[in-house]
Amino acid sequence: MKPASPPAPPDVLRTQALQQRPALAVAYPQIFAPSPWRRLLTLAIIAGALGLMIFAVWQLDFSWSRIWGGIGKLGDFVTHMFPPSYGNEARLVLYLKALGETLAIAFLGTLLAAIFAFPMGFLAASNVVANRLVHILSRRFLDSIRAVDTLIWALIWINVVGLGPFAGVLAIMTSDFGAFGKLFSEALENLDRKAGEGVTSSGGNALHRIRFALIPQVIPIFFSQVLYYFESNTRSATIIGIVGAGGIGSVLSERIRENEWPEVAFLVLLILLIVAIIDQVSSRLRLSFIGQRNVTFS
Amino acid sequence: MTTFVRLPDAQLLPHVLTYRRALAARRRQTIAAMIVLGLAIIAATVMAEVDVLKLVANFTNFTSYLQRIFLFDSGPYTGQLVVLHPGLGTDDWFWGLPKWLKLLGETLLIAYLGTAIGAAFAFIFSFYAADNLGKSRTTRWITKRLLEFCRTVPELVFALIFVVAFGVGALAGVLALAIHTTGALGKLFSEVVENIDMKPADGVIASGGSWTEMVRFGVLPQILSNFTSYGLLRFEINVRGASIMGFVGAGGIGQELLTAIRKFYYADVSAILVLIIVTVMVIDVATEYVRHHLTGAGR
Repeated sequence: MKPASPPAPPDVLRTQALQQRPALAVAYPQIFAPSPWRRLLTLAIIAGALGLMIFAVWQLDFSWSRIWGGIGKLGDFVTHMFPPSYGNEARLVLYLKALGETLAIAFLGTLLAAIFAFPMGFLAASNVVANRLVHILSRRFLDSIRAVDTLIWALIWINVVGLGPFAGVLAIMTSDFGAFGKLFSEALENLDRKAGEGVTSSGGNALHRIRFALIPQVIPIFFSQVLYYFESNTRSATIIGIVGAGGIGSVLSERIRENEWPEVAFLVLLILLIVAIIDQVSSRLRLSFIGQRNVTFS
Repeated sequence: MTTFVRLPDAQLLPHVLTYRRALAARRRQTIAAMIVLGLAIIAATVMAEVDVLKLVANFTNFTSYLQRIFLFDSGPYTGQLVVLHPGLGTDDWFWGLPKWLKLLGETLLIAYLGTAIGAAFAFIFSFYAADNLGKSRTTRWITKRLLEFCRTVPELVFALIFVVAFGVGALAGVLALAIHTTGALGKLFSEVVENIDMKPADGVIASGGSWTEMVRFGVLPQILSNFTSYGLLRFEINVRGASIMGFVGAGGIGQELLTAIRKFYYADVSAILVLIIVTVMVIDVATEYVRHHLTGAGR
């Protein structure tokens, strides 16, 4: 289009476009007349999705009276939430301590998981350990750990070390071990092969290859993934207290059961604040450590 | 052969010094980072009441727990491995299968409904939150903060509040998942929308289309496969989420698992865990297949 030409009046554009329509319809038949089967398939998928929703609503026993009653109560709670308040000084200390516990759980859990998953990632990477059986078994093992939620791990660890934040640390460690093992091994498999080939061709053995070709490439990726999980674990650690594994979740669930809505609102705000702070800190750290490099999470 | 020419010492000296200084600065930085990390570890260890001795002393509890959930502890098969009697009889491993399958089905329906409702809201909000389509700066800002709130508050916190409001049951779980999904998918969806090719959208506007028509004919065809892919990924995550909703009374199989763990019905714990793990893996594989199909053939 020439920038200097004056804009044509709309009806001229319209007549021009209509003149071109037959030619376009011949050139792109599937756009102007989509096959009825495709259309039917789309409609069937939409109908199926909606049908399943209706079935779910029916099966899960939703009733209008319950929904309306609940919304009414919820409105009540929200009005009671303002202004948020921390109750008294003693409670504020308790809440801040719980917040510190939450952070400690997330930090230690992520760190321990990363330390334990580091060797596991090498074991599960097919370009480090070439044995197919080892590869499949270690992947399945990691998948099974990942499939069990952090909260379930927390319940199991409570049986071992008792109620309290330590069980939370161990729970986050266990479930993240599965996640890190998988992410680390995938990161290793996606590395540039040339560095490793260089080490091997200049006479290095398998350990030299890992130390001088794989680890330097993979450390920034690991670091970034660990930081990302630390962020998400701050969120997990806020709820882990619901089953008794320490942190702010235990006080939060107590206050909800006691209908102390101003304090619930205060605790939720505290969670939002700490999550925002951790997000900021970790993105700063990530930038300073690895620069603007893009790290993919598959 | 390449020959190496060594600079005269006088010329070389400043470079050597600069190099050493840079190295020393880097080392100082590393040491400082290590000290900070060490202090953080010590503080966290105190805060989290880490007790390594207790862990070591009770670690056999963990291994014996894992052992015990795979052994019958009552009935005629006491002491035998559960896998030897995987049947549905009253004394077998999967004695409760009909009940558990029903609860598992409920869990899947909670995840599905939560994902579907959340995705629908995320779909609408994403066009208002996207920088390239959002109607005004204020709408964009409000939508973005709203989505942020929805995804930052953990879904279990919503579930706890909803259980008090709507009563014990699946409704609370569905709503909690739906709100969290709205926040998480809303962000991803709006990022997809921000990355579209604007020419088709401009074309619709230029030929007299309204904002809604622009979204329908100019934007939607470009984003649908990505949206579906993210939606399926979220469904996968929500299946895991729905499996623990029962911990706070918000429906699904979690309630049954919590009871089994709390009351030490060891064989039941492993049976329910196996069911959850298998379901999660099947869903993972199925959605991955569909997603690959979508992104491969959809473009």
